[in-house]
Amino acid sequence: MTTPRPELLRLDGVRKSFGDHVVLREVDLTVQPGQCVVLIGASGSGKSTLLRCVNLLEVVDDGVITFEGRDITDPRVDGDEVRSRMGMVFQAYNLFPHLDVIGNVTLALRLVHGVAADEARARGLAMLDRVGLAARAQARPDDLSGGQQQRVAIARALVANPRLMLLDEVTSALDPELVGEVLDLLTELKGEGVTMLLNTHEMGFAREVADQVCFLHDGRIHERGRPEQVLGDPQQERTRAFLSRIRAS
Amino acid sequence: MPDQASRADTAWQPSAVQRERDEWRRRRTVRSAAIAALSTLLLLGVVGGAVVSSPGWDRVRETYFDWDKAVSSFPAVLEGLWLNIRVMAVCWVLILLLSLTVAVVRTLRGPVAFPLRLLGTAYVDVFRGLPLLLVIFLLGFGGPALSLQGLPTSPLFWGGAALVLSYSAYVAEVFRAGIESVHPSQRLAGRSLGLSYGQTLRHVVLPQAWRRVIPPLMNDLVSLQKDSGLIAVLGVTDAIRKAQIETALDFNYTPYVVAGVLFCCLTIPMARLTDRYARKKGYHGAGGHL
Repeated sequence: MTTPRPELLRLDGVRKSFGDHVVLREVDLTVQPGQCVVLIGASGSGKSTLLRCVNLLEVVDDGVITFEGRDITDPRVDGDEVRSRMGMVFQAYNLFPHLDVIGNVTLALRLVHGVAADEARARGLAMLDRVGLAARAQARPDDLSGGQQQRVAIARALVANPRLMLLDEVTSALDPELVGEVLDLLTELKGEGVTMLLNTHEMGFAREVADQVCFLHDGRIHERGRPEQVLGDPQQERTRAFLSRIRAS
Repeated sequence: MPDQASRADTAWQPSAVQRERDEWRRRRTVRSAAIAALSTLLLLGVVGGAVVSSPGWDRVRETYFDWDKAVSSFPAVLEGLWLNIRVMAVCWVLILLLSLTVAVVRTLRGPVAFPLRLLGTAYVDVFRGLPLLLVIFLLGFGGPALSLQGLPTSPLFWGGAALVLSYSAYVAEVFRAGIESVHPSQRLAGRSLGLSYGQTLRHVVLPQAWRRVIPPLMNDLVSLQKDSGLIAVLGVTDAIRKAQIETALDFNYTPYVVAGVLFCCLTIPMARLTDRYARKKGYHGAGGHL
């Protein structure tokens, strides 16, 4: 690791608005391979929108997003191909209710990555085993607990070996006693070198896994740095106010 | 845990209060059922009595409910019904294909698809607006007159085409409602995995939409079963046309009643099947109880 590794993801001046409502004004951000970057900020501060822009689920109004050295905001880029190299996990899991668990996990392998059914199944089962749910491969998503569903969603996103995992408030919809199982899994993934860009309200988790914490406010990254610095000794008044509100609740 | 619960259940005996409640509910159910049965019988009795005691009843009975005429016309009408069933089966498949295509086209986004969307919307608007009988007349007589190369001129073909065009407009709206009822987050999840728009539609949205629209689709199928009789106006010898022919022999209208009963024999089982399916799938408000 003597030479600086090239960044995996880079955002330069990304802007996104919905009608008159400007959500992201000018966001600059970099994610190095193996890093875990955590976005924090109030509800509506644009954390989810930022992840969706990176996943090309939203088209940016301005700015450049570079992924693996390529400008993916160029309209000539094949968005499906870019998305197939990222894994996205949603707050509400968004599992496919008409497919069983293994069907959810293997859908993209078969359709997008051209993996044969047998091999897709084997890889899917291995991934389910990895998240501790191999025994539930035939279950329907609706028959699982929230924490189990979210672990399936993580397996689904992870099974095709994405270069980058995008995790959008993955524990916000969970009952408090189920949050731990999902966060433990993410901590393990971080230990295995999975690159992650995520947003969360779990400050304890952010402090534990983040290489960098970014505080998003008013469409910009207001403050960024090591978790102990941003969360422990914030320099900006806005960051302090946000963190005190979080802790008070 | 479950073991404990079931053991507790076997040990449970209803308390005196609960036994008294259950007894009261049972008595009330018996009383309500008795009242309902009695009032139903009374209503049927009054209606039946009014009809039977009407001055013209004897002539009506002879003309519409002549048993011998029913027996003699039954084979012909049944033979005609077989045509209705075939028309219905073929048309239903075509209706599903056409309406699904129209529904998908109407949900496409973006300026590129605008002409297609416009076409789809215009089609649905026009054919939902036109009375089915009118479409059958227009196509049934106008279609053959076009003398198009390669298309048959038989009334059966053009009558079927009218059914397909008219019904597809309705069924397309059923499909569209189903497609739009699938939460947008499902599309997002599909696209985020790298699935294309079409793959997401095919493997994520449509399978879920399909399940939701099966009860209304079966409802439309029931409706198609009887409306397949309308092509009789083109001279296609289906059940209704056969009944008409039988009637014309001696101006006894019993064959129409026979055809009506046969149509009901087709549609009623289908309706019950729809209800049962809907209830099994837990659709609330779908499918009446018997």
